Amino acid sequence: MTEMSKIDTTGLLPQVTEFLWAEADLLDAKEYDRWLDLWQPEGFYTLPIGDTTDFANALNLCHDNDKMRRDRIERFRQGFSISSAPPAQTVRTVSRIVIEKAEGDVITIRSAEHVIEDKFGRQRVWAANMTHTLVATDSGFRIRAKVVRLLNSDGMLNSFSYLF
Amino acid sequence: MSLDMPKFSDLDALYSSDAKVATQMYEDPDLFKLEMDKIFRKTWVFVAHDSEFPDKGSFKLSTVGLEPVIVVRDRKGAIHVMVNRCRHRAATVCEVKKGKTSSFQCPYHGWGYGLDGSLRALPYPEQYGDDFNKDQHGLQRLRTESYNGMVFATFNEDIEPLVDFLGSEVCRYIDLFMKQGGGFPVTVLGEHQFTVPMNWKVQLENTTDAYHFPVVHKSFLQSLDGETNEIFQFLETGKGFVEDLGNGHSVMAMIPELIDLDDNLDAPIPERFTELAQELRDEGYPEDQVKKIVRAVGGAGFNLNLFPNVSFSLAFFRVLTPISVEQTDIRHMALGMEGGPAAANQMRLRLHEHFQGPMGFGSPDDAEVWERVQRGTKGGEDLPILVNRGLVDETPGTLGPRGHISAETGMRAAYKMWKRMMSQ
Ligand code: FES
Ligand SMILES: [Fe+2]
Repeated sequence: MTEMSKIDTTGLLPQVTEFLWAEADLLDAKEYDRWLDLWQPEGFYTLPIGDTTDFANALNLCHDNDKMRRDRIERFRQGFSISSAPPAQTVRTVSRIVIEKAEGDVITIRSAEHVIEDKFGRQRVWAANMTHTLVATDSGFRIRAKVVRLLNSDGMLNSFSYLF
Repeated sequence: MSLDMPKFSDLDALYSSDAKVATQMYEDPDLFKLEMDKIFRKTWVFVAHDSEFPDKGSFKLSTVGLEPVIVVRDRKGAIHVMVNRCRHRAATVCEVKKGKTSSFQCPYHGWGYGLDGSLRALPYPEQYGDDFNKDQHGLQRLRTESYNGMVFATFNEDIEPLVDFLGSEVCRYIDLFMKQGGGFPVTVLGEHQFTVPMNWKVQLENTTDAYHFPVVHKSFLQSLDGETNEIFQFLETGKGFVEDLGNGHSVMAMIPELIDLDDNLDAPIPERFTELAQELRDEGYPEDQVKKIVRAVGGAGFNLNLFPNVSFSLAFFRVLTPISVEQTDIRHMALGMEGGPAAANQMRLRLHEHFQGPMGFGSPDDAEVWERVQRGTKGGEDLPILVNRGLVDETPGTLGPRGHISAETGMRAAYKMWKRMMSQ
């Protein structure tokens, strides 16, 4: 921890926890406009396959820049996508939050996410390791990168009508 | 008439001469068992692409019907496909999906097998007596042949050679499809996998179904730029065709001008590829190669559908694995140019992610309607499923009938083969 310009270390864990919980709440509520506002435009939202870190040169489940994030949400909302109209309902918990690194105003956080989805009266359970790269700004945290590694990302999945 | 299974003696009742499919076809577990035996154990089944196990000692796990197999390249480069089941007491000898090895050792009692499946050694062999013959205790091997990088295997020792099963037209289309290497060998870059509660034939039908495209994939089309959206208006323009290529195979040519990627190389580069083209020029690629690579990035203009389990779909391979009468696993294998420019392969990866897989803008909607079919067949047991669309204006093609782009000609080709195999 070199420079701690905008970051108060003592209060950091409760602060990032509050942020991740608020994000989880937005995703379960499908409040996508407010979720988009959490992002820095240059950030990537990635669900990789397997343990690759070279996302650009690998096949991912998704590797969204700003435009793809917006297109994805537009698709969810327009009502023409039969899989997302209606979408599965989700309830998620985010826990086991660890601050990996805090340098300058950039913080790297690891956490666990469990998502339960319900559609057609059938429930499915997904578990993932998440890594958020957050930037502390004057108006709160912004997401610079979010990587969600599903436990079985290289196994047989189902289709997703929501975000992790 | 089959005496062992009198329940299905009347195949015309399951698939009629006027192209109606009985509901049972998606639902009957006994029929499914019979299909696994009479189709998946009797014909050539696609198991892997060459690039998935490129080196000596490379292997990958796959399936032939319900049976787990190992596809492996031995030290001399020969390909072997064998059942993943120890000859002692049946344990799988390999649970690593993909890798490199010099042998397979069973984890239970330590029987060791070579890359060709032969039993090499076993601990304390004395208790089997002197006449124990190792040669008769190798892993069960399947007949294996490949065409243009596509590896197929079969349990049927008497079947015709793979190229004859594919036929001249299929081989021609495979060669055309592989041109999307853009001058480089086609390689598998990764795969999306998802399981769907549907009968395997629902998927078999879909790979040759252009009719659903503007309906199911409306939200995908809306996410495209105007020029690209235009390309996918094949139902509006009525261009293209579906053709029965024999032995259950068919081709659906949605974008006829992209059937042969070497044609019209002088056509202007589409807007969405101009940036990539400039990047390639900047990297020093000569203009004719730039055009070839850029043309290849978007994939071919057709789906080639092989009976019973693989489809060459525009820019990727689509592989189905039957799991049970109401469950099918799907793999969408992303393809790229081996040794080609990173920028071109990245573009292909992003295009694949855009449509395919669990989070694509296309596949989830496909999966939803396939599941709807399976759910819908719970009602109206006696109602037929119609695959007679486009019968009215079919014309003779090279090997079989050719229909309108939205015709169900390809499904009829598959069901005709289904019937032929089920009657034997
Ligand atoms: S089951 Fe394989 S060695 Fe016994
Ligand atoms: Fe589709």
